[in-house]
Amino acid sequence: MNLVTILDIGIGGLLMGGIYALIAMGLSLQYGVARVLNVAHGEFIMLGAFGTWALYTTFGISPLISLVIVGPLIFILGFLLHRTLFRSLLKSSPSLDAFEGSSLLATFGLLYIIQNLAIVIWTSSPRGYSYLATPVDLWGAVFAANRLATLGFAVAIGLAFYLFLVRTRMGKAIRAAAQDPATAGLMGVNINQVLALCFGFGALLAGLAGVLYSMCFSIQATMGLGYTIIAIIVVVLGGLGSIPGSFIGGLVLGIIGETVKHFEPSLYLAAYYFIFIVLLMVRPKGIMGK
Amino acid sequence: MQQFFIIIGILSLVYSGWFIEWLLAKERKSILITSGISLLVLALLATLPLYASGYTPILITNLTMYIILSVSWTLFSGPTGYMSLATAAFFGVGIYTAAFLGETLPLPVFILAGGVISFIVALLVGALTLRLRGIYFAIFTFVLVMLIAHLLMFWELHVTGTRGRFVVVIDYNTIYYAMFAIFVVLMLTAYFIKRSKYGLALQSIGQYEEAAAHMGINVTLVKVTFFAVSAFFAGATGATIATRWTYIDPGIAFNPLLSFLPVLMAIFGGMGQLYGPVIGAVIFAYLQEELITRFSELYMLIFGIILVIAILYMPNGLVGLIQKWRKASSGEQHADT
Repeated sequence: MNLVTILDIGIGGLLMGGIYALIAMGLSLQYGVARVLNVAHGEFIMLGAFGTWALYTTFGISPLISLVIVGPLIFILGFLLHRTLFRSLLKSSPSLDAFEGSSLLATFGLLYIIQNLAIVIWTSSPRGYSYLATPVDLWGAVFAANRLATLGFAVAIGLAFYLFLVRTRMGKAIRAAAQDPATAGLMGVNINQVLALCFGFGALLAGLAGVLYSMCFSIQATMGLGYTIIAIIVVVLGGLGSIPGSFIGGLVLGIIGETVKHFEPSLYLAAYYFIFIVLLMVRPKGIMGK
Repeated sequence: MQQFFIIIGILSLVYSGWFIEWLLAKERKSILITSGISLLVLALLATLPLYASGYTPILITNLTMYIILSVSWTLFSGPTGYMSLATAAFFGVGIYTAAFLGETLPLPVFILAGGVISFIVALLVGALTLRLRGIYFAIFTFVLVMLIAHLLMFWELHVTGTRGRFVVVIDYNTIYYAMFAIFVVLMLTAYFIKRSKYGLALQSIGQYEEAAAHMGINVTLVKVTFFAVSAFFAGATGATIATRWTYIDPGIAFNPLLSFLPVLMAIFGGMGQLYGPVIGAVIFAYLQEELITRFSELYMLIFGIILVIAILYMPNGLVGLIQKWRKASSGEQHADT
C-alpha cells in the first residue's frame, strides 16, 4: 500500500466520519439526556438534506447559508415534538424503563410519518445537486472541495457544541440533567425545558448533518433509517451518553468504513454490524464510557 | 359472504387466545358453554378452506402468521422484559431453510427443520447476548438481523453468484393447515409454560433478576431456553410462509419490519393476557391488508399515525383499555397503584 492509498482511505474516512460524528452526537444527546432512543433520528437528516436541496434548486440559496435557515427550523420541530409527544409520554409512564420502551415505539411511528410525508412531497427517487464540486489535491489524494468543506463544518459545529455544553450555564444544566434529572430539578433546573432543548439540539445536529450530506451525495426520502442505525452503532462505540465519545467514535467508524470499502465495497455495512456485535460482547461501555 | 367468513375466522382466532387464559384462570365459570364454543371454534377453523373460497383462507393464513409471530415474541419478551428485535432473523432462517430443503423434503419435515434450526441459532445467540440488558439487548438483536442479511447478500453475490432463489410451491389450503397446526401447538405451549413453574421463573426474572437467581432459578438456562422456544415458532412460520411467497432474497427474508411488527402488535394489543397480542396482530395485519389495497401510497403514513396515537392514549394496549372500561362500568373502586 502506497502513501496515496493510505491518505485516500484516511482522509476519505475522516470526511465520512465527520458526518457520522454529528449524527451520533445528536442521538447521544437525545438518548443520554432525554432518554429517547430516537429511531426517527435519520429522518431529521433527510429533512435537512431535502430542505437544502429544495432551497438550492428553487431559490438558488447556497447550502452553507441553508445551515442557518434549515437548522433552526429543524430545531423548532424537535423542540415542539418533545414538548407535546414525549412530555405526555413521560407523564403517563410509570417508570423510566417504561418510558424508554414507549418512546422507542413512538419514534417508530414518527419515522413512518416523516418518511412517508417526504415520499408524498418529494417522491422516493434520488435527488442531487452540484455545489463546490471542484477537485482539490491533498498530497496526491484528490477530493472534491465540497467534501472537505463538509469535514470543516462538521468539526466546527461539533466543537462549538462541545464548548456550549462545557462553558455555558445552559450546557451545565444539560449535563446535570444527564447525570440525575430529579436532583437537577431540585437544584432549580427547569427540567422539562432542558429535556425539550436536548431533543431539539439532537434534531438540529442531525439536520445540520443532512445539510452537509446533501452537498456531497445524492439524497433519497428513504435514506434515514440506515443512518439511524449507524448513529446507534457510533453512540455505543463511543460510550452511551458521552458527547466527545460520540465524536471520536464517528471519526473512527468512518475510517474503518473507508478501509473496508477499499478492499470490498459491498461489505462495509456488514463490517459496521460486526464491529458493533463484537464490541457489545467485549466492552459494552464503549471507548469513552465510564 | 366472504366478509362473513373472514369475521368468523378472526373471531375464532381471538377466542382461542381468550380460551387459553380461561383455562389458566383459578375459577372457571360456565364450563359447559365455554368448552362447547371451543369445540365449535376449532371445527370452524379446521374446515374453513372447505366453505370459504379464494381470498379468505389466504387472508386468515396471513393473520395467523402475524399472530404466531407476536404471541411467540410475547412468550419470552413479555414476562422477562427483554425486548428482542431478532424475530426477523429467526423468521428469515426459517425461510432460507424452506428454500434449501423444500425441493427434497416433504412440507412437515422442512417446517420442523426451519423451527429446529432457528431454535439452535437462538441458543447460540442467547448464550452470547443474554448478559446484555435493556436497550443494549434490543439493539444487539436488531443489528444481528442486519448482519445476517448483509452477509447472506454478500454470499449470494460473490460465492454462489445468484441473487435470490425460488421456493417450492405448495397449494394455499395446505399452507393454511400448516399455519393452523403451528398456531395450535403455540397456544398449547403457551398454556403449559404459563401453568408451569417456568412461567413464574420467567416472570420473576422480569421483575428482579438478581432476586430470581438467589431463589435458585438458573437464570441463564431459563432465559436462553425460552428465547430459543420463541425462536422455534418464528422459524417454523417462516418456513411455512416461504412456500407462499415462492421467490425470496435476503432483503425479503430478513426484512427488519418483521422484527418491529410483532413488538408493535403485542404492545398495541396488551401483553398481560394471551389474547392481547392476538387482538393486536389481527387488527394490525387486517389494517395492513386493507390499507395496502386501498391507499397503497399512504399506507405507511396512516400506520405511523395510528402507532403514535395508540402509544399516547393506550399505554397498556387494547386489553388494558377494555379492562379499565369494565372496571369503571362494574363500579369497582381501586386506588391507582
